[in-house]
Amino acid sequence: MGMEGIGARVARKEDKRFITGKGKYTDDMVVPGMKQAHFVRSPHAHAKIVSIDTSAAEKMPGVIGILNGAQLSEDAIGNIICGWMIHSKDGSPMNMGVWRPLAQDTVRYVGDAIAIVVADTKAQARDAAEAVVIEYETLPVVTSAVDALKDGAPQLHANAPGNLIYDWEIGDAAATDAAIAAAAHVTEMKIINNRLVPNPMEPRAALGVYDEGEDHYTLWTTSQNPHVARLVLSAFYNVAPENKLRVIAPDVGGGFGSKIYIYPEEIVCLWASKRTGVPVKWNCDRTEAFLTDAHGRDHVSTVKMAFDANNRITGFKVDTIANLGAYMSLFSSSVPTYLYATLLSGQYNIPAIHANVRTVYTNTVPVDAYRGAGRPEATYLLERTMETAARELGVTPAELRRTNFIREFPHQTPVIMCYDAGDYEASLSAAMKASDYDGFPARKAEAKSRGKLRGIGMSCYIEACGIAPSAAVGSLGAGVGLWESAEVRVNAVGTVEVLTGSHSHGQGHETTFAQLVAGRFGVGIDSVSIVHGDTDKVQMGMGTYGSRSGAVGMSAVVKALDKVEAKAKKIAAHLMEADESDIVIENGELKVAGTDKSVPWFQMALAAYTAHNLPEGMEPGLKEGAFYDPSNFTFPAGCYICEVEVDPDTGKTEIVQFVAADDFGKIINPMIVEGQVHGGLAQGIGQALLEGAHYDPDSGQLLTASYMDYTMPRADDLPSFQVSTTETVCPSNPLGIKGCGEAGAIGSPPALINAITDAIGNNDLTMPATSQRVWAALASAR
Amino acid sequence: MYATNYHRASSVEDAVKLASSNDEAKYLSGGQTLLPTMKQRLAAPSDLVDLRHVSEMKGISVNGGKIRIGAATTHAEVANSAEIARACPALAHLAAHIGDPHVRHMGTIGGSIANNDPAADYPAGLLALGATIVTNTRSIAADDFFTGMFETALEDGELIVAVEITAPAKCGYAKFPNPASRYALTGVFVARQGDGSVRVAVTGAGSDGVFRQADMEQALASNFSAGALDGVTVDDSDLMADIHASSAYRANLVKVMAKRAVAAAG
Ligand SMILES: Cc1cc2nc3c(=O)[nH]c(=O)nc-3n(C[C@H](O)[C@H](O)[C@H](O)COP(=O)(O)OP(=O)(O)OC[C@H]3O[C@@H](n4cnc5c(N)ncnc54)[C@H](O)[C@@H]3O)c2cc1C
Repeated sequence: MGMEGIGARVARKEDKRFITGKGKYTDDMVVPGMKQAHFVRSPHAHAKIVSIDTSAAEKMPGVIGILNGAQLSEDAIGNIICGWMIHSKDGSPMNMGVWRPLAQDTVRYVGDAIAIVVADTKAQARDAAEAVVIEYETLPVVTSAVDALKDGAPQLHANAPGNLIYDWEIGDAAATDAAIAAAAHVTEMKIINNRLVPNPMEPRAALGVYDEGEDHYTLWTTSQNPHVARLVLSAFYNVAPENKLRVIAPDVGGGFGSKIYIYPEEIVCLWASKRTGVPVKWNCDRTEAFLTDAHGRDHVSTVKMAFDANNRITGFKVDTIANLGAYMSLFSSSVPTYLYATLLSGQYNIPAIHANVRTVYTNTVPVDAYRGAGRPEATYLLERTMETAARELGVTPAELRRTNFIREFPHQTPVIMCYDAGDYEASLSAAMKASDYDGFPARKAEAKSRGKLRGIGMSCYIEACGIAPSAAVGSLGAGVGLWESAEVRVNAVGTVEVLTGSHSHGQGHETTFAQLVAGRFGVGIDSVSIVHGDTDKVQMGMGTYGSRSGAVGMSAVVKALDKVEAKAKKIAAHLMEADESDIVIENGELKVAGTDKSVPWFQMALAAYTAHNLPEGMEPGLKEGAFYDPSNFTFPAGCYICEVEVDPDTGKTEIVQFVAADDFGKIINPMIVEGQVHGGLAQGIGQALLEGAHYDPDSGQLLTASYMDYTMPRADDLPSFQVSTTETVCPSNPLGIKGCGEAGAIGSPPALINAITDAIGNNDLTMPATSQRVWAALASAR
Repeated sequence: MYATNYHRASSVEDAVKLASSNDEAKYLSGGQTLLPTMKQRLAAPSDLVDLRHVSEMKGISVNGGKIRIGAATTHAEVANSAEIARACPALAHLAAHIGDPHVRHMGTIGGSIANNDPAADYPAGLLALGATIVTNTRSIAADDFFTGMFETALEDGELIVAVEITAPAKCGYAKFPNPASRYALTGVFVARQGDGSVRVAVTGAGSDGVFRQADMEQALASNFSAGALDGVTVDDSDLMADIHASSAYRANLVKVMAKRAVAAAG
């Protein structure tokens, strides 16, 4: 393992530049002749555009150009697409409504982009945008998915009657219904998963540069996956062919999913650069981010869980309505289907599962993947239902879970997934011990003496990371493969560059990826540079989301390192006149095992490049690439236990203890993993306690469009987390790692709501469990 | 933000003159309300007259129970003042719980009451304490000053110079913060004068801004204890309802916070 290798608690290399303000983000980029853009956006949630008059605005100071959808169509710029085809249960393809990068006839949510103004300064662009006169004919509005399905609801897209995008199902309906009919007990619930705004620290930005001399485009953008952006921009949006388009995602200040997608602004800035003849920079402000970044979650579900007389689950039936907003964003269709319903077996042996999912258009910003993407929604259903069932059946929550745990692997669920490894008992026991679960009654009594209501709740989650293999996701409708690429370049002095198709926007790849190399070759992590985020440097990659960088991205690096190691050993063997099978790499040296003969790493590298003395027929140089396509998802799992105290006078909840026991397989850097868990927990607690996007149902205005009204979790809302790990090695990838980026956000909401409902003795509580809601639930329970 | 002209006033007289020379001028104190509003282009003053360097408008003095706080005194200065802590501890507590450290080191008492946000903390304090607002032209009793949501008795161009308070015998403030903005979802300030009279002012809850709670004042005048409020019912018909709290929840908070304020007053 070594001081800096796999498993070492190495401080993050990238943090120095981040915390000293030296990071270089898209908005820091300056190119000669660069101008500033501002978008004219719809103030209405649903309206026909009658006319657009830019004549006064064009005469404003500093204005270089104002472009709208008509010009975009002249240049045959394509519609924004959803890249994952889902078929309804009747076999028909999903109803994808037309999404123009600049709305031409109809606007469908507040913030829908209509025109771009390019001017010398930001203020001038904004001034001119205010002078663009648009005449609208307003249309009726619908913001809730349930309402959008009702007869007589306002209709958003002509090709989606009843606003229905698809009506999809998975699992065995007949078997599940039969299980429910024959059950000794059925637990039924209606469960809402609240809509969230991702809020990465850095708002989105784009800088489009067209070089007329080369007929070449460059886009700097806040992207989690610049190669996918380039692919889509060239293949579907018709902006430029791939060989004429370079996409760079420099430092990116968080994404949480919201920066996976290719948004209208990026397309338009790039295209506008050619139309106006100047480089076009756009940087959104926070309220613009609230209005236009893809939101997350927004499900309404009913569930029925059937038990036999021994409290074994015999069937689980789910009906979900998911709000996808006004248009279908890039991966939106996959989130409430294959990223969601395939996880409905959780950690449990469930013989029959059936889920029906209807996705719906509404006059709200598009909804797509947000940290966890589908898996938090599935976990919330299961773990709220399990806790509720335990209360109804009169058994402890732990006992009910233990009765139903999957204990043999591999385990094929009725909903596609085949779990490769896990030990759910281990994480449950670890969490119960760490939380002193057995001591809870005494703590509850002590809290009561202080006038506080104390409650405890747990959640046993499973998730699927590293979505794969490519052939399988292709058969389920994905428009891309989900492999990853890597290239390892050993320089002539032995330093190493690792090029990866993954993208780091807070995850710490510059450290963890370097640790792989350090552990392997004994070079210091400071001698290893990680190159990512530039389509001119890294040939192709799929980017970072779904906790895939470790399980998939690092596996590609390992494959490339294997090839480098093999060649390095050949060279060393040749230099020392030994057999290559006797060469071992230790502490930065290539040694002949059992002898005192050795060649330092750097000397071997130099030999590769001087090429004065290489084995017969060997090419000079030391550089290898690899593509890695996983054989399966990975399945991180764990147990979270939350303890709260509720103030009965105000309904305010205080989290007094939060324990996490996660199984992430092998861990590369425990400190970074803990950081990921802390951040995930903060987001999950934010969802459960504080956050929620509210649209006014009549006007479609976003009422929570700033931090004055949208409650982000802050340090004083959170307890000091007690995190720990258990380990079952993942058999499906060379490092045995599972991924840790989303677990916290997936597992924590049900633990928290289970704790609050335990404290107040009323199970009818919707997220976010604000003080007002808890107080009202207490009042109605009295 | 739209372009604007910046002026630094050197005296009260200078400030008033600078402001009156332009119709669209505005006083700039801590800028914690005005600047965000300008950034959102919801306000567009042609000229800003900065008050933070006017020495007569800054600082705290306490003289035999007479407290004077300059209008340009920051929340942090009030929160950390040993004299205020002695003479009117609940006011220091109130100032210490406004916004965050950045806001407290910039925002000022004059700016806060001139703005009279229905969820701001100071209006409750000054109303309960029966403070006097001193302007460049007159003195205004708090009862007459706060006239409604974002409304005050200030005339165009009138400048708040200071706030004067008679130290109460007892006072307490309890605030239930809005989880997002951390302004008061409901805040109640309770003050008992030496003669036994009690004033109770409520912020964050009223549909027309800060108000006095007469029933509570009466109950507390005869028995200054939290228990005395048990019998008081808070009518929710004039209370605000929004995405953060229903009027019924606010009515509950008015009572709970009032009891906590009395308990804090000791
Ligand atoms: C993030 C954040 C959180 C906050 N939280 C709270 C909170 O919890 N509780 C709370 O009470 N407040 C809160 N505030 C508001 C803060 O307390 C400000 O101090 C206050 O709203 C305005 O004071 P200011 O000195 O910044 O005034 P400015 O913003 O400079 O001015 C506000 C208005 O008052 C006028 N004005 C200023 N001074 C005078 C004067 N002397 N005479 C006449 N008119 C004048 C200005 O022209 C302007 O119209 C918060 C603000 C922010 C940004």
